[in-house]
Amino acid sequence: MHNLTVTTALGGTEQRIDMHGPITLSEEPGYALASVAARKGGERATTLAIRRLIGPAAPKPGHIAGDKVTAFWTGPDQWMLEAPYDSHETLFEQATAEVKGKASVTEQTGGWCRFDLRGVGLAAVLERLCPINMTTFQPGDATRSSIDHLGCFVICRALEHISILGPRSSAASLHHALLTAMRSAY
Amino acid sequence: MSQINRLEGGQIDRSRMLNFTFDGKSYQGYAGDTLASALLANNVRLMGRSFKYHRPRGVLTAGSEEPNAIMELRDGARQEPNTRATTAELFDGLTAKSQNKIGSLRFDLMAINDRFSNFLTAGFYYKTFMWPAAFWEKVYEPIIRKAAGLGSISFQDDPDEYDRGFLHCDLLIIGAGPSGLAAALTAGRAGAQVILADEDYTMGGRLNSERFSLTDQSGAEWAAKTVKELAELPNVRVMARTTILGAFDHGIYGALERVSDHLALPEAGKPRQILWRIYTKRSLLCAGATERPIAFENNDRPGIMLAGAMRSYANRWAVTAAQNVAIFTNNDDGHKTAADLHSAGVQVAAVIDIRQDAPQSLDYEVIAGGRITNSRGRLGLTSVEVLLPDGSTRRLPCGALGVSGGWNPNVHLTSHHRGRPVWNDEIAAFCPPEECPSGLTVAGAALGNFTTAGALASGVSQANEVLESLGIKQNKIVVPQAEDGLVNMTPFWYVQGSSRAWLDQQNDVTVKDVKLSHQENFISVEHLKRYTTLGMATDQGKTSNMGGLAIMAELTGKTIPEVGTTIFRPPYTPTAIGAFAGRDRGTGFRPTRKTPSHAWAEEKGAVFVEVGMWLRAQWFPQAGESHWRQSVDREVLATRNSVGICDVTTLGKIDVQGADAAAFLNKVYCNGFAKLATGKTRYGLMLREDGIAMDDGTAARLAEDHFVVTTTTANAVSVFRHMEFARQCLWPDLDVQLISTTEAWAQYAVAGPNARKLLQKVVDSKFDLSNEAFPFMACANVTVCGGLRARLFRISFSGELAFEIAVPTRYGDAMIRRLMQAGEEFEAVAYGTEALGVMRIEKGHAAGNELNGTTSAVNLGMGRMVSKKKDSIGSTLSERSGLNTDDALKLIGLRPVDVKNPVPAGSHLITRGDPVDAAHDQGYVTSACYSPNLGYSIALAYLKSGDSRKGEILRLVSPLTGFDHEVEVVSAHFIDPEGERLRA
Repeated sequence: MHNLTVTTALGGTEQRIDMHGPITLSEEPGYALASVAARKGGERATTLAIRRLIGPAAPKPGHIAGDKVTAFWTGPDQWMLEAPYDSHETLFEQATAEVKGKASVTEQTGGWCRFDLRGVGLAAVLERLCPINMTTFQPGDATRSSIDHLGCFVICRALEHISILGPRSSAASLHHALLTAMRSAY
Repeated sequence: MSQINRLEGGQIDRSRMLNFTFDGKSYQGYAGDTLASALLANNVRLMGRSFKYHRPRGVLTAGSEEPNAIMELRDGARQEPNTRATTAELFDGLTAKSQNKIGSLRFDLMAINDRFSNFLTAGFYYKTFMWPAAFWEKVYEPIIRKAAGLGSISFQDDPDEYDRGFLHCDLLIIGAGPSGLAAALTAGRAGAQVILADEDYTMGGRLNSERFSLTDQSGAEWAAKTVKELAELPNVRVMARTTILGAFDHGIYGALERVSDHLALPEAGKPRQILWRIYTKRSLLCAGATERPIAFENNDRPGIMLAGAMRSYANRWAVTAAQNVAIFTNNDDGHKTAADLHSAGVQVAAVIDIRQDAPQSLDYEVIAGGRITNSRGRLGLTSVEVLLPDGSTRRLPCGALGVSGGWNPNVHLTSHHRGRPVWNDEIAAFCPPEECPSGLTVAGAALGNFTTAGALASGVSQANEVLESLGIKQNKIVVPQAEDGLVNMTPFWYVQGSSRAWLDQQNDVTVKDVKLSHQENFISVEHLKRYTTLGMATDQGKTSNMGGLAIMAELTGKTIPEVGTTIFRPPYTPTAIGAFAGRDRGTGFRPTRKTPSHAWAEEKGAVFVEVGMWLRAQWFPQAGESHWRQSVDREVLATRNSVGICDVTTLGKIDVQGADAAAFLNKVYCNGFAKLATGKTRYGLMLREDGIAMDDGTAARLAEDHFVVTTTTANAVSVFRHMEFARQCLWPDLDVQLISTTEAWAQYAVAGPNARKLLQKVVDSKFDLSNEAFPFMACANVTVCGGLRARLFRISFSGELAFEIAVPTRYGDAMIRRLMQAGEEFEAVAYGTEALGVMRIEKGHAAGNELNGTTSAVNLGMGRMVSKKKDSIGSTLSERSGLNTDDALKLIGLRPVDVKNPVPAGSHLITRGDPVDAAHDQGYVTSACYSPNLGYSIALAYLKSGDSRKGEILRLVSPLTGFDHEVEVVSAHFIDPEGERLRA
């Protein structure tokens, strides 16, 4: 077992949590990510593999599905898998084994930072950040949007719980944008 | 004596007295006042000076159409020029200053311009500043620039924040007057997603300015009750202080919400304003109408205002501009003002109605068939001159005059997609065009429906039409009973015989100017606008355009619709540039990218440089180093003598997988990749379609169907995009998948003779790093520090024995610390991008300076790399004869003949004895540095036939910097030309 310490995307050793008004913003370093893209002719096999990994059927465009291991749609025949890091550090290996050569799997854990927004009235924050229609954005929805020039995934996990995945190197810029929007809204 | 013009009643909060200053003098007003209403309450009629003639001006309107009462608000960095006093909400501590004057407002030295008005006519600039031509730049332009503009800016950074946002709805209702409120109620109760926006801080529109009742309550009471109900509906968003600026494509509207302008300072964390982008399925314009003046001689004195505005001041803000007022009208609406002011206890001197059949009054005199021919009063109105029907004149003392020439529907947004408004003879005004922006319909006074009952009914019916189109069940609402009087109006634009009758008070355009424009053949409405400036500037002619059109129509013998209108464009009202910028300024202009070793580098005092949004350590100064060169020289020497470590995470990394991954790379790189063995890395050059070099890097084959491609830092995104294009569009049949992994791995270069020894302390011992087991250009998945997955590449940019080690990003900080710790025994250094640059120049490696978008593989000395055995992007066009001439530029090295001289980048090379001109240019220096290993400056350069000119002495000239000395052409490989070190 190696003895290197983990640094979060914001540069700390613990997750950062900010509270403002009714909203809590938390850095979520504890998740592993792996991208899955079907190879030619492996489209159906890939959806079946994702189903085996997450439980329900592979999500359609604009959606996320699963429980402990989840998948959200990222492009035609492409998904991102997500699972708790502690139990699924090598999620990409698990996925590679499951797709049996029918899809290309890439470890993406370090490519992204994840921030979660929780609280009543998240729409007021999100509508200051991206053009997603917050009147129809529901639990189970996941989409890609630009937030302060950063390509992000926005995932509605529950009525009062939204995750934003952005490029890890710009975590500080994204965090600043989220906090600014929270303070502007409340 | 304060607020002597304050009346009883109104919708102000008299329990909240507010202090403010105007031109340094203190006044009081009440919560609910605008700056204009508070000034009028304090008997301040003189509020500004006109643009050209510096004539005294007062408030003309009570809304956003105001041309005259524009001021500088606030102090210091928050000072904002050209702010309309009619829309500025009063707050405690507000400071306002008049503008466009020299001296005081009462004694403006520039008022001398008015004396020279015969010279300063329309077209003055065009005619006057023609000669002598030499005067233009040094004399005329500075004078004109100084005279131009109205207010002044602080020249300080705006301390406020501006935000932006995105909203979606089924129906956007623009304006919350009677039609807008009725429409919102209809659509809101039916369950549609509705946004109701109004520029005013109190919704209700004219309902707040009138005395009539809606069934059994006042208009203002009904409006307030309705707004309250709407605000409680979850599907309705009520946005006061929000101006819809423009109608854009596909149902998108721009909206400016003034969040904090009514406060002394924004609350902590709150923006001053928010620019919303509203996506809506349908929109309903309920923007009401703007009253138009009648032009007569000297109709611009402070105290002369629109009659509807005078009524608003009296009814909403309980203010009269003077205790003795007169009215000049061509319609019944003007009489309403007289009646309301009389009821409020203000003396009405007379109502002068141009119509012979004007309605009479028992309470005040009505002069039917009269005209106002002139006015008096230097800094404010004292009397008007009335031409009576019998031809005699009468002087009528009054302190204020309300003028009503009828009303123009606010059609602006309907024309934002170039729709031409349609003339309506019944109301003598332009109405919305048939072709409005898609999805936009109009209701109420904006449609020309000038009665309150009509406005309410049209709001309901238009909303129901929208509901039907959206498939939402219609809703029947009962609207209150309201006045439904006919609009009796006789079109009347200006009083005959007047010349200095003001049409556009903001730009000082008179009837005479329009006549001059016509005389000089500027008769097209667009020419009229440019020649006279009619309708320009902050008010965009909201109160002036119609007068100018009517006079031009008369002069040309056309009808007003034949003359036509100019095009309305966004924004509807002036908007701060800061609002358009939103959060995209300063550090928010673009995101910052930080490397995994950033915090560690900061601890070490690194100096950072921005590369492709990344912050990279440029060098690491140590104690005693006062110049960057000292740090860089030390880093270079230490690396070449022992070992150095550099964060190279920023280089683009693209994961390429699939059965056809090798075939795909064989097509995007000009050199061969199909036969690259697993576990090997190869340098690759990508060409653009036109054969010019695009980017270089390496591709490592981790498995038969798995490569990792690296790109330069700056081109990471563009190369990925290029490869995605190739994958999706050029060869969709290939089985290949791409994804960026740039940030997924923290990657460090470990370079120098002790690099292997250092890495052997970090890479787990089961991996053999010997030259035999892991030779130059090898790659492998390894583990480090007792089991952490990592990738190891034996590649070298510095020319030394070098490796790049990559670990998952979350361990990047720990890894740099571990590497530095492991390197202590070798006196390892961290090196930055400057040392990296020096070492690659010493080694003769090309970088962005050499791949500059104009050079080919031949120029780079890599012509033979372009494989002829296969087709790849750019390979065919790289064979163009123009790119392969005998004297083509070739990459070479340069050293100064006198080693004390530098060899600066950008310098040009000239054959000795040739003249220094473009025709004799032999090439240019692309990269230069001081080589601490060689002890003198060196450079890489492109030189014609450079590969066959080694040993030649050339002139290096830089006319820009004055350098002119001799350099010798040498190999670009200054260090270890045989490559023994990197293969060690």
